[in-house]
Amino acid sequence: MAGHDMSAMPTDPYAAPMPGMAHGNMTTVGVVDHDRNGFDPTTMLTEWETGLTDLLPDGRTLRTFEVAAIDREIEIAPGIFFPAWTFNDRVPGPALRAKEGERLRIIFRNYGSHPHSMHFHGIHSARMDGVPGAGLIGPGEEFIYEFDAKPFGCHLYHCHALPLKRHIHKGMYGLFVIDPDPARHPENAAVAASRVLGSPENARWQELAMVMNAFDINFDGANEIYAVNTVGQAYMNAPIRIDKSRPVRIYLVNVTEFDPINSLHLHANFFDYYDTGTTLTPTLRTVDLIMQCQAQRGILEFSFAEHEDGMYMFHAHQSEFTELGWVGMFDVRGPEA
Amino acid sequence: MIRLLLLFVPLAVMLGAFVWIASLDPLRSFNNGAPPVEALTVERTILDETGIQILVRAGGSEAMQIAQVAVDDAYWTFTQAPPGAVARGTAVWVRIPYPWVLGEAHRVALLSNTGTAFEHEIAVAVPTPKATAGQLRIQALVGAIVGLLPVALGLMFYPAMRGVGRTGMNFLLALTVGLLAFLLIDMTLEALELSAGAAALFQGSAMVWLTALACFLLLMAIGRWRGQPEGLALAFYIALGIGLHNFGEGLAIGGAFAAGSAGLGTFLVLGFALHNVTEGIGIAAPMLRIRPPLWTFAALTLLAGGPAVLGMWTGSLAYAPQWSALALAVGAGAILQVMVEVSAYLMRQNSDRQAALFSPAVLGGFLGGLAFMYATAALIKV
Repeated sequence: MAGHDMSAMPTDPYAAPMPGMAHGNMTTVGVVDHDRNGFDPTTMLTEWETGLTDLLPDGRTLRTFEVAAIDREIEIAPGIFFPAWTFNDRVPGPALRAKEGERLRIIFRNYGSHPHSMHFHGIHSARMDGVPGAGLIGPGEEFIYEFDAKPFGCHLYHCHALPLKRHIHKGMYGLFVIDPDPARHPENAAVAASRVLGSPENARWQELAMVMNAFDINFDGANEIYAVNTVGQAYMNAPIRIDKSRPVRIYLVNVTEFDPINSLHLHANFFDYYDTGTTLTPTLRTVDLIMQCQAQRGILEFSFAEHEDGMYMFHAHQSEFTELGWVGMFDVRGPEA
Repeated sequence: MIRLLLLFVPLAVMLGAFVWIASLDPLRSFNNGAPPVEALTVERTILDETGIQILVRAGGSEAMQIAQVAVDDAYWTFTQAPPGAVARGTAVWVRIPYPWVLGEAHRVALLSNTGTAFEHEIAVAVPTPKATAGQLRIQALVGAIVGLLPVALGLMFYPAMRGVGRTGMNFLLALTVGLLAFLLIDMTLEALELSAGAAALFQGSAMVWLTALACFLLLMAIGRWRGQPEGLALAFYIALGIGLHNFGEGLAIGGAFAAGSAGLGTFLVLGFALHNVTEGIGIAAPMLRIRPPLWTFAALTLLAGGPAVLGMWTGSLAYAPQWSALALAVGAGAILQVMVEVSAYLMRQNSDRQAALFSPAVLGGFLGGLAFMYATAALIKV
């Protein structure tokens, strides 16, 4: 695990725990075959789908995404298979990322066995809402959603076919991030620029895409597996490498079905929080725990710059969720380590 | 030769048909992609300083895989022996190093790879008794108090009973049938209840009824090998039937000990003993006309009461619902046989068989036996 040399660790009782030591026997057994799944929770953290861009006659950018609904069995904990409905073969679906003011075009094709749609949280016309009668399409059909990227923030999209509960907890959801246009926010241009994917200001940030989800594997209306990015305890088995010299920004969305609230608690640190990501100044400062209702989301910003190296846990602070898989580790070290 | 050929032809056709069906798989078209039916039954639970161990039997349509184990809604490490897929009908031990809490309830969930969750409730967590000499001695003592002691006490009424006349004799035999009737119903229900908790492939209630019936027929056949049993032979049959019942009773107490669901108090043990005194009287009844040697009383006591001790040990060490149900079903069959034989003996003792059956002594004895058993059973029901 993680290539640490145990003997090099100090015997200081306050030293950071090592993976596997922190929760002892409270863990799933075995490993998930990410290759067979076709997606890996670790790469998902930094994988943004930016689509293809084109210039419109008026000089604006047209950004086109292609998304397909596909039925697919996925492994959500070692040895446990879930008959999922996916966007682009993965759960959560692709983390779509655009910039404020762009024209967005999402070509949606339904290869699944049921009617599906894409309902975007954001501002758009009723015709583009992804509800029955407005972009809900049957198997084999195609629909193109088109709207402007606004407001900037950390949003989500999900299938809005009925029954809603089932379509969502089967895996049909994903992050939908609209980066602010610095030119439109002169009072906070630097902050806005740091959020624009690919900008020089953005380069120093370690940005992570995290979708809190859960699975009801026996369809009894309660979840048996809780996770971030689908695989229970994925970041316990493969801690997330954090370069402590650079700040961390997490795009966090809660799509947990059946439980009204989910949460994120960061160990040994505090963060600033931007509720829904639609502001450039924090809506909460210096907190170590935030809670989100289903579909609530936000941006977390923090730094481990002053911390000693080690494993820093993060998890839902509903201990039940923690013990059913929603727990992970940040492997915090300097850039050279 | 011709007849042999006539036998061979249908056999060959049958074999051919099986091979054809197996190779062609005509049921394939019914496969709608639904996952296989899965079933897991927990047969034994052991709690000790290493955690929780459960013996799990698979009873699904195909071999199944235990993918994860959660205790009290927390995923926990576990080992499975033997590892791998659990074939239909086989059992595996699942060992979970879980820090269980004395006196509290725990819920173990076994998750198969198709996502089906099988829950097993540990109602009260107490350490499972170990097979130490001390434990076995204590259990033997309790077994002796609920099994051996009351039978011996009942048999001690023998000298006093010898003086009774025809009516008294009728009363005592009817009393025996009454107490046996209670035991028959009690045991059958108990067996059915236990069998309901067993894996589906054991076919619980069918197993209980058929076992009881088979046992009844076999014992009738053996009993009538040399004419109708009476006297000492009949007493031994009664002792055997009661012994099987006491084995079942011992199983129940031992199982309760192991599961920690019964803190068996002195009062409860005394209730059992009182309840079982009638058994000794019942065994003595058919011997009143003869003068059996003293050793037979010891043998009868051992035969009727000793199984309680064996039952205690078995119940606490190797408890599985289907085996307990099987033992009780055997006992039920044996008791039915004894009821028939004692009734037959009772009728033979009287010249007017019909009248004797509904005489006040017989009816009173029968109902008295039922009532006594019912009332004393109420003391020990928890």
